[in-house]
Amino acid sequence: MKTFGRILGVVGALAIALLPTLVFGDDAAAAAPTPNKGDTAWMLTSTALVLLMSVPALGLFYGGLVRSKNMLSVLMQVFVGFSLVTVLWCVYGYSLTFTSGTPFFGGFSRLFLNGTFDPVKGAFSYAATFSKATPMYELVYVAFQATFAAITCCLILGSIVERIKFSGVLLFIVLWFTFSYIPVAHMVWFWDGPDAYTTAAAADMANADAGLIWQWGALDFAGGTVVHINAGVAGLVGAFVLGKRLGYGKESMSPHSLTMTMIGASLLWFGWFGFNAGSALEANGSAALAFMNTYLATACAVISWMLVEWIVKGKPSMLGAASGAVAGLVAITPAAGNVGIPGAFVIGLGVSILCFWGCTGLKKMIGADDSLDVFGVHALGGIFGALATGIFNDPSLGGPGLVTDWVMGTVGYPGRMAQFVIQAKAVGLVFVWTAVVAFISFQVVKFTVGLRVSEEEEREGLDITAHGERAYTA
Amino acid sequence: MKLISAVIKPFKLEDVRQALAEAGVQGMTVTEVKGFGRQKGHTELYRGAEYSVDFVPKTKIEAAVPDSLVEQAVEAIIGAAGTGSIGDGKVFVFDLDHAVRIRTGETGDAAL
Repeated sequence: MKTFGRILGVVGALAIALLPTLVFGDDAAAAAPTPNKGDTAWMLTSTALVLLMSVPALGLFYGGLVRSKNMLSVLMQVFVGFSLVTVLWCVYGYSLTFTSGTPFFGGFSRLFLNGTFDPVKGAFSYAATFSKATPMYELVYVAFQATFAAITCCLILGSIVERIKFSGVLLFIVLWFTFSYIPVAHMVWFWDGPDAYTTAAAADMANADAGLIWQWGALDFAGGTVVHINAGVAGLVGAFVLGKRLGYGKESMSPHSLTMTMIGASLLWFGWFGFNAGSALEANGSAALAFMNTYLATACAVISWMLVEWIVKGKPSMLGAASGAVAGLVAITPAAGNVGIPGAFVIGLGVSILCFWGCTGLKKMIGADDSLDVFGVHALGGIFGALATGIFNDPSLGGPGLVTDWVMGTVGYPGRMAQFVIQAKAVGLVFVWTAVVAFISFQVVKFTVGLRVSEEEEREGLDITAHGERAYTA
Repeated sequence: MKLISAVIKPFKLEDVRQALAEAGVQGMTVTEVKGFGRQKGHTELYRGAEYSVDFVPKTKIEAAVPDSLVEQAVEAIIGAAGTGSIGDGKVFVFDLDHAVRIRTGETGDAAL
């Protein structure tokens, strides 16, 4: 995060270990904090877990829900989308997101991950965590955050599958990633790190350097706004711009393999421990809280969706249980380390009721073919989670509260109404931002490479027409 | 010669095969099919989307038999495939003009 701290860390910690007399004295070397090995191991593990959430988990979850003629196209869009964003992240995404710049965008100092490793000194740069004098290797932070950017772009695909051109997917991802993911992540998550908060004056400077939504004081532990509202709203816009699948509402478009969908949902749950508990950035109590909340809220949401569906529609379905799990995971994402166990119960049980309506009643009212319910599950679940985070952060409701003064490390809570309003402002800004960017991006795609495949190709299925292969041969 | 074509419930296939063999039928061809008759389909629900599935999975058996065996064969199918509930299926009997065993060139009843 803050370049100044990083460089000191680099030089102090590693160069000196090798060349004790050159740059600093031994005293300075002893004083410079270095990354904790346990934290590093946990964050590397978390990063790999989040990768698993996209490939294969999201691919299988989405793929099972489409018709068999489009199975590979979904897997391919997720697989390549994930890879594409990872490349963009290392070229300019990380730099524009997690370095100082304006409250909306970062700067260019880390283009091509420049400065994260010094081959002459053999030194690695450090990024900040949420504890003073507890740095992490910046490359670990780069990789961890790369997986977030990549899965967010892939989430959108669920709204537009079975009819979008593959080249259109790629161009859209480049545009939306650049103009929505990057600024939103910068606004919500970029700050100088706790070590920048040494005095009141330094704190003011550090606050002014942080992203806009961070400055407001909004809580988003692992991406309720950055990931789920951001992607969910973009998906709905895409469903509107693209139009409905041929035969939508008349022909059967039943999922071709709920077995795959169940495997995907389960792997999402597994990988989400890295997503949420990893967002503590350290292997500490906050990670433990986030881990348990993620586990519990998801289980609550499975039970809750099943009961609602059983009562309203007559049967408890596997797809319903899997959808409940994902809704629970989405809603607990902004809350994970920001609420206590009571919050996890309420968020998990509540979100499924809302998202069930989002996929049934609300979906009919909206009238768009949001094919795999990205809006109904991710946007609604993300909004619910983001707002509930503001309330259940309250220590009197079992929440951990938040740091009100980073100089002293004071923990407090501004009050339910106050924090709720801050959360609502963050939700509103992200909702509008991503909607506008997604709309423009889809229009650009439409008038350049084109958005939709031809009617004939859509009937034949994208696996054969776009990729020249079949998922299943019988 | 007659061609018997019967549509039955899939899980009754083994019973029907056995009954036909006991009745003296020498061979048959089986196909997995879908269709509907008086038995209605069902509805499937995937989140908000409701689909009515009108075609029910069935198994079709075809057997060519000499005229002398037709009655026993049909009785055997009815006996083995029946459950008494709706959707048990149907038996159709067609005239069969000609039959050839490819290996030997035998024709008519000798080919069956």
